[in-house]
Amino acid sequence: MLKEMLSLLEKNARIEVSDLAALLNTDEETINNKIKECEDNNVIAGYHTIINWDNANTETVKAMIAVSSTAERDTGYDHIAEIIANYPEVDSLYLVSGKTEFILIINGSTMREIANFIAHRLAPIEGVISTETMFILKEYKIMGAIMDKDNNKAERLLMSL
Amino acid sequence: MIFDELINKQVKEMAPSGIRKFFDIASTKEGVISLGVGEPDFITPYHIREAAMYAIKNGKTFYTANLGLLELRQEICNYYLRKFNLAYNPETECLVTVGGSEAIDIVLRAILNEGDEVILPTPSYVAYAPIVELSKGKVIEVTMKEENGFKLKKEELLKAISPKTKALIINFPSNPTGGIMEYEDYLEIAQIIKENNILVISDEIYAELTYDKKHVSIANIPGLRENTIIINGFSKAYSMTGYRIGYILAANELVKMFNKIHQYTIMCATTSSQFAAIAAAKNGDKDIVEMYTSFKQRRNYIVKELNRIGLKTHMPEGAFYVFPSIKSTKMTSNEFCEALLDKENLALVPGSAFGKDGEGYVRISYAYSLEEIKEAITRLERFLNSL
Repeated sequence: MLKEMLSLLEKNARIEVSDLAALLNTDEETINNKIKECEDNNVIAGYHTIINWDNANTETVKAMIAVSSTAERDTGYDHIAEIIANYPEVDSLYLVSGKTEFILIINGSTMREIANFIAHRLAPIEGVISTETMFILKEYKIMGAIMDKDNNKAERLLMSL
Repeated sequence: MIFDELINKQVKEMAPSGIRKFFDIASTKEGVISLGVGEPDFITPYHIREAAMYAIKNGKTFYTANLGLLELRQEICNYYLRKFNLAYNPETECLVTVGGSEAIDIVLRAILNEGDEVILPTPSYVAYAPIVELSKGKVIEVTMKEENGFKLKKEELLKAISPKTKALIINFPSNPTGGIMEYEDYLEIAQIIKENNILVISDEIYAELTYDKKHVSIANIPGLRENTIIINGFSKAYSMTGYRIGYILAANELVKMFNKIHQYTIMCATTSSQFAAIAAAKNGDKDIVEMYTSFKQRRNYIVKELNRIGLKTHMPEGAFYVFPSIKSTKMTSNEFCEALLDKENLALVPGSAFGKDGEGYVRISYAYSLEEIKEAITRLERFLNSL
């Protein structure tokens, strides 16, 4: 049941507790307790809204940055990751396999802001060897949500056998 | 020109389906919401759609073998073995049809002689009786009672058996009741079928939507495989209604007869749809789980809500329908649905559309989004309170 509850919340953070209870054939108290427990254990790490900023007529700039770095003797990549993650500009940070060590996604309001962040914050971090910045040109799908929804949805018959 | 005398008598007398009538009224009104569909609300999983497009793009658009693409028949037989522990030979015991609908038609036409009796437990899916009658057979209805979980009981079946009985049509999980039969339920009736040498047409189109329990086919009962004609398809399990791909699994002696009709009336099921079905049977197990989970959650939701607003509803164990009793309103199911449509713009299907035993019930499909179900419940509650 926990997995089903988490999947429902992952798809819709605004789903009502009463709906969750009915869908999962249990009561609201059980759901409230489970959610609380998940929040306390950091199984639920936060609630976000997927916003299509283009449609909100708001200029934002997003970039994906590949970062090469060295590892430290005792902490491996964790210490450097912690430094990078602490910057509020950094939206997401991943340690990855492949040519570079980290991929991070960064949000800013202008390109200059992002450039400044890289030059003055990211690149000087001890252990960072190089960065490769890819500015995002268009967002098609974020966390399962298609940005340009096709309203030509196929219709079902009103009634069928 | 006087068409009337040029039309086949049987067809002329065939009543239009009770669903059709409501559909006609509902589609002329504005702002109608409906819980009346008999198809899933998911778009076909992309990898399946892509397989159909790939087939068309690559010119795989010729007729296939009458029985269907061998690869598809192999995948269907693998699937039945994997999921339901039933082994069929893809080369001789499997026929791909244009939906379960064609399967129902050719099976009945192939087995019935004039006056043969076909036992039909009701409430039942609306297509069986008219096709039996078109094939010159006689429908003998037997009742499945709500208090028995809409299962077919031995006593009821026994009452209907006669020397003229040729076949029994079953459909579990059931449209419209959502009822299922378990292994023990089938064991109870197994001997009657064996002793009377009758065929069982087992329409298992909702097999994948069996909740909390595993689907059992009557062919799983020792000795009954040879009596059983399994009808199934891709529509409900993979949300592929528009592809029209169904199939029959049965003894070779029967499949050969079905194929005689199939080859002259259909030739073969649509080729691109067959390729889509291969993708579904091969790689679609994960899609089934996702849809199953979502249907189960919505079933829980709607049963709770219907009971809350005062329509006593038992928890169905399969399909995506609930079949609540409206007897407390003292209205017939037709009156109930007409008034509901008129007052609240909410379309449900009257139980009487599914045979006389459906009277006093309505069929509610929950193959809708939670928002739609909520709105429908609001309207239904307002309607009940106004009575």
